[in-house]
Amino acid sequence: MSATRMMLAGFGGQGILFAGKLLAYAGMLANKNVSWLPSYGPEMRGGTANCAVIVSDEEIGSPLVPAPDVLLALNLPSFEKFEPAVEAGGLIVFDSSLIPQTSQRTDVTVCAVNATSMASDEGLNGLANMIMIGKFLRASGLFDLDTVFRALEKCVPPSKAALLEKNKQAISLGYNA
Amino acid sequence: MAIKRPHALTDVELHYCPGCTHGIVHRLVAEVIDELGIEGKTVGVAPVGCSVFAYNYFNCDMIEAPHGRAPAVATGVKRARPECAVFTYQGDGDLAAIGTAETVHVGARGENITIIFINNAIYGMTGGQMAPTTIANQVTTTTPYGRSLQVNGNPVKVCEMLATLDGTAYAERVSVDCVKNVMAAKKAIKKAFTMQLEGKGLSIVEVLSTCPTNWGLAPNAAMQWLRDNLMPVFPLGVYKDVSKEESK
Amino acid sequence: MSEKVLMKGNEALAEAAIRCGCTHFFGYPITPQTELSEYMAKQMPKRGGLYLQAESEIAAINMVLGAASAGVRVMTSSSSPGISLKCEGISYLIGSDLPCVIVNMQRGGPGLGGIQPAQSDYFQATRALGHGDGHAIVLAPATVQEVVNTTTLAFDLADIYRTPVMILGDGALGQMMEPIDFAEVPRRQCPAKDWACTGTGMKRPHNIVNSLYIQPEDLERLVEERFERYAKIEAEEALWEEQNTEDTELVLVAYGITARIAKSAMNMAREKGLKVGLVRPITLWPFPKKPLDKLSATAKRFLCVELSMGQMVEDVRLVVNGRAPVDFFGRTGGMLMTPAELLAQIEERMGK
Repeated sequence: MSATRMMLAGFGGQGILFAGKLLAYAGMLANKNVSWLPSYGPEMRGGTANCAVIVSDEEIGSPLVPAPDVLLALNLPSFEKFEPAVEAGGLIVFDSSLIPQTSQRTDVTVCAVNATSMASDEGLNGLANMIMIGKFLRASGLFDLDTVFRALEKCVPPSKAALLEKNKQAISLGYNA
Repeated sequence: MAIKRPHALTDVELHYCPGCTHGIVHRLVAEVIDELGIEGKTVGVAPVGCSVFAYNYFNCDMIEAPHGRAPAVATGVKRARPECAVFTYQGDGDLAAIGTAETVHVGARGENITIIFINNAIYGMTGGQMAPTTIANQVTTTTPYGRSLQVNGNPVKVCEMLATLDGTAYAERVSVDCVKNVMAAKKAIKKAFTMQLEGKGLSIVEVLSTCPTNWGLAPNAAMQWLRDNLMPVFPLGVYKDVSKEESK
Repeated sequence: MSEKVLMKGNEALAEAAIRCGCTHFFGYPITPQTELSEYMAKQMPKRGGLYLQAESEIAAINMVLGAASAGVRVMTSSSSPGISLKCEGISYLIGSDLPCVIVNMQRGGPGLGGIQPAQSDYFQATRALGHGDGHAIVLAPATVQEVVNTTTLAFDLADIYRTPVMILGDGALGQMMEPIDFAEVPRRQCPAKDWACTGTGMKRPHNIVNSLYIQPEDLERLVEERFERYAKIEAEEALWEEQNTEDTELVLVAYGITARIAKSAMNMAREKGLKVGLVRPITLWPFPKKPLDKLSATAKRFLCVELSMGQMVEDVRLVVNGRAPVDFFGRTGGMLMTPAELLAQIEERMGK
């Protein structure tokens, strides 16, 4: 596949946009074409948030992702909204701590990960998004961990360097879950 | 004493009506620019209204602003060229009606510019309509039965209003109805420019002026009408002077 | 070798402006361009420039007028409703021959409209950025890298032709992130601003920046002179991108974000063996007539795609001038078409 079209979705505050940015940065470091397009609006905080990320060998045309190859869902409304749209042969990774159901689809790969519970158990509150990323990387093989860690160093501002290790820890946790 | 044209005025003939006080105020501003020796670094902003052609009369660099926007234009100039002395020259409709927001906010920001505000209580250029400073019962072409406070509300008192803002450094209302007041007006204008040069913030001089043509009065009668009718509503005086407050 | 960075369109535009010498920015918050203002607010004080939040869009554009008169590189940005407020000032900027850059990250309208991406300000941008006979150059980038290059070009063209230049983007382009490289941005030679109001220094006659010409003969002469300049801009500055236009039967015409959707749809159509090409105007004013004129002789039909009820399509029809049918497909109100939706339109029109 020359292009991977991803949809990351959840509540505002779950770090959806950051997780998407991390994947876009990793794509850039892997010398791919990338685009990152967020939803935006007055209902950002606490409302739904999503972003479309495309990683491609070719020049990227439309940055929209109406039918994702990959869905990372961190809440039920997002799961219900995007699950039917995932392309056949695609991948769904969802946070089973927050989404009390699973996909009935048989034409896609479905990975459940207890991301939010794992995060609080491991003292990684607020990093369920990174656990999801870890799980996704393991399931998809889109990037190796090293590339994503290098991207993380670009995405975490120097003022928040302390968070870097925790983020890496969370990604590894998801990767090995 | 030989009367010489100030250097800061060009030799273009003014277009103002006979008896209009714009000519006096132009001269006062130009004399002050000469006396302070700042013509070479002064940028003026002309309004829309009778004094729209002010850009032809002042010898310094001049910009013609959209109606009411002179304070915003002056802000742009001053922020780009802080070393310049920047002034606006505006009438009552320009400054206190369509441009009220721009006027208030240069005060709020303490924009380091000088406003010369001509208040003659009427729209001159368009032929005598009600101004934001038209007084109660004053007849204009759009208040043919006199300004009704019920319909049109009250005149805007600009110096009083701007004096409430922390960024206003100096606000004085003067008049040019007689020699004594003309001298006082010049002193106020000089003080306003001086405070700008000292970086104090917004300085405004409101000049009670006449419009014989649209008031329907002879020039002398217009001066008397100003004294009898405008001065009680718009009392002369210093409404704000941070240099006084500092020296206290 | 320079390092690529990932930036939002809004932020990349602001950074590109600062890098090419924009020292003054006057703005007023409005979605979806706010990141641009916020970036300026953060960066300008650190880099010797000025960010000032005005009391209104009207004040902001007039501060631009003042700063442009004083000879500095200056910019303002807004989104559709805010641009309507700025139009008075833009008309004065045009009438006073002042260089500046105005950004419109379009959203749905009319009225307060919506905040999602739209292209329904094309008429306003290309026909009527205020009253009177006049134009501003209008640039419509389609990628974040092109936002960077276009911003630099905008400042250069503004100075070269002494005219306001508008960058017409949309909410999506402003919000999206793509990798950019600031190193490879071409620059143009710009003339000195000897007309600016910076104080005479008692060394020259006073400069006057003005748009009032009370004698109709004077005003007519001046407007005609300005239109001679416009003719030069039309002859020399039109920009566009063409893809697959050698053998094309159906020509898609689209700009900005829509051109990207069109590109995706074109590729899908090509995979199905349909001879579809794309003309993407980069300058909307001057409108790139040349490629469309040439294709009018060979293509079977044109399909103009916009996020509006059909505005640029009128320019396409003027150029094609009846030589081939010019169809229109659009979404509006903040809705974007998908490539699949557009592909269906293409197939229907090609009788497949």
